[in-house]
Amino acid sequence: MLKSDVRDPASLPRLLITLLVILLLWPGIRLSELDLGVFFSGESASEMGQFLSGFWPPAHDAEFLDLLAEATLQTLAIATAGMALALLIAVPAGLLASRALSLSALPRGGRPAWWGRLLRWPVRGLMIFLRSVPEVVWALLFVRGVGLGPTAGVLAIAITYSGMLGKVYAEIFESVDQRPAQALMLAGGGRLEAFLYGILPNAAAELLSYTVYRWECAVRASVVMGFVGAGGLGQQIDLSLRMFAGGEVASILITFLVLVLLADLLSRLLRARLT
Amino acid sequence: MTLNLEAVGLRHANGSTALREVSLRIAAGERVAIIGPSGAGKSSLLNLMATGLRPTAGVLEVLDSRPWQLSARQRQRLRARIGLVHQTPPLPPRQRVVTAVLAGRLGDWSLAKSLINLLHPLDVPGARAELAKLDLADKLFAQCQQLSGGQLQRVGIARVLYQRPELLLADEPVSAMDPVLADHTLGILCRHASEHGVTLVASLHAVELALAHFPRVIGLRAGQVVFDLPAGEVGSELLDALYANEQLASPPVPQPAAVPLVVQIPRC
Repeated sequence: MLKSDVRDPASLPRLLITLLVILLLWPGIRLSELDLGVFFSGESASEMGQFLSGFWPPAHDAEFLDLLAEATLQTLAIATAGMALALLIAVPAGLLASRALSLSALPRGGRPAWWGRLLRWPVRGLMIFLRSVPEVVWALLFVRGVGLGPTAGVLAIAITYSGMLGKVYAEIFESVDQRPAQALMLAGGGRLEAFLYGILPNAAAELLSYTVYRWECAVRASVVMGFVGAGGLGQQIDLSLRMFAGGEVASILITFLVLVLLADLLSRLLRARLT
Repeated sequence: MTLNLEAVGLRHANGSTALREVSLRIAAGERVAIIGPSGAGKSSLLNLMATGLRPTAGVLEVLDSRPWQLSARQRQRLRARIGLVHQTPPLPPRQRVVTAVLAGRLGDWSLAKSLINLLHPLDVPGARAELAKLDLADKLFAQCQQLSGGQLQRVGIARVLYQRPELLLADEPVSAMDPVLADHTLGILCRHASEHGVTLVASLHAVELALAHFPRVIGLRAGQVVFDLPAGEVGSELLDALYANEQLASPPVPQPAAVPLVVQIPRC
């Protein structure tokens, strides 16, 4: 038994949490029917090998490259337009949902009054609803509404991503040092002023890196939505897969790689400017 | 009457009592120092006066109004008239000094003006003038993270001076400065207060600074006012009683009796 002078009061909770995590993970593995042995059984391995061998060499004839360039531009446009629309909802929603700007929390050590917490719930609920429906489902819905094409993809990304961005923005606002904003509110400043002068300087790098990462995700999501007819690279990859044109698929995948690489570089560049 | 506290008590959310039965009246233009041992409730008292904490008992009047009976909007207007110098200045590391100082007037500015000021400082001469008083004018465009603790404290003071409050509260405003600078800085705060008719209440660790700069000194211990006297009447007995700490009592050193104590000062 530990002697009282070396006992850490946090060790028992830590041990219990570790046990709980293991207890929760085990049934998860069973339920998802994860079985790595399937890779090594002869039949499925040769199936996958055949599928992959068609990928070489990547297609690079001029006509296909033109098509690829256009689809890439369309994908980037879908992701960017969707993100821009999402920000229009996410920024105000994040500000409303965050506790960081609560005036009633000032004399309470950071806990808003009960009515403040109650009023934040509808905003939180809205964001949960927006992001809980996957973007592909929204895309299917909008393809019915506005017809085949990129518009459906833009709307789907705008809706899902506004929920995700708003939630994470609200949490980033709460995770940075709260004292600057609280001091400004205590000196009579309004909430938005306190946000601009107290929280934004600390949160800017984090916000930017998360936004660029989400933009990268939006590029990928717009590809997935291409499969249901929302345009861009996704539609192209769908067509190529149906025609068993492995080389074209490989070219498209290389394009993805380059896009993600570019997003990563952009994020690094912007963060370096800000930190 | 700038400040009027009647039997004010403060109990924190965790149940510990920070202040009990504190009654004080501080008139406009007075300069008051609050001294006392660590954990006596000095910061709590100042935060309470700054309306940053809500008293759990008693009546608090600040600048002739009861802050906790006002609407949120009126309370924010009242808060714009109260300036609080924080012990560790709450300044974002990446913010420039000029922006940090100009942020003192956010309570008076419209949102549009605050936004423009963020992109391009609107009153550089004003910020420079306040910093110059504190001998920091050369740091105007530096980032806060490039400053030392003492310099940051002076930026925090410059912000509150720029705010031009009617009630100036200072929580250990010179704790990170060397003795000479601390003396000089307190002198500036006091001169600002007397020139503009501002009420100044400051908590201080250094008793000699409190006695030298403030006409009135309040001793606080375990959340209660022990004495409230003109600086001239605060004697060493009162101070010993104020700072007495049973737990820190050093073990008695056996001293050879009746040997005259000769202090040797090494010379070089």
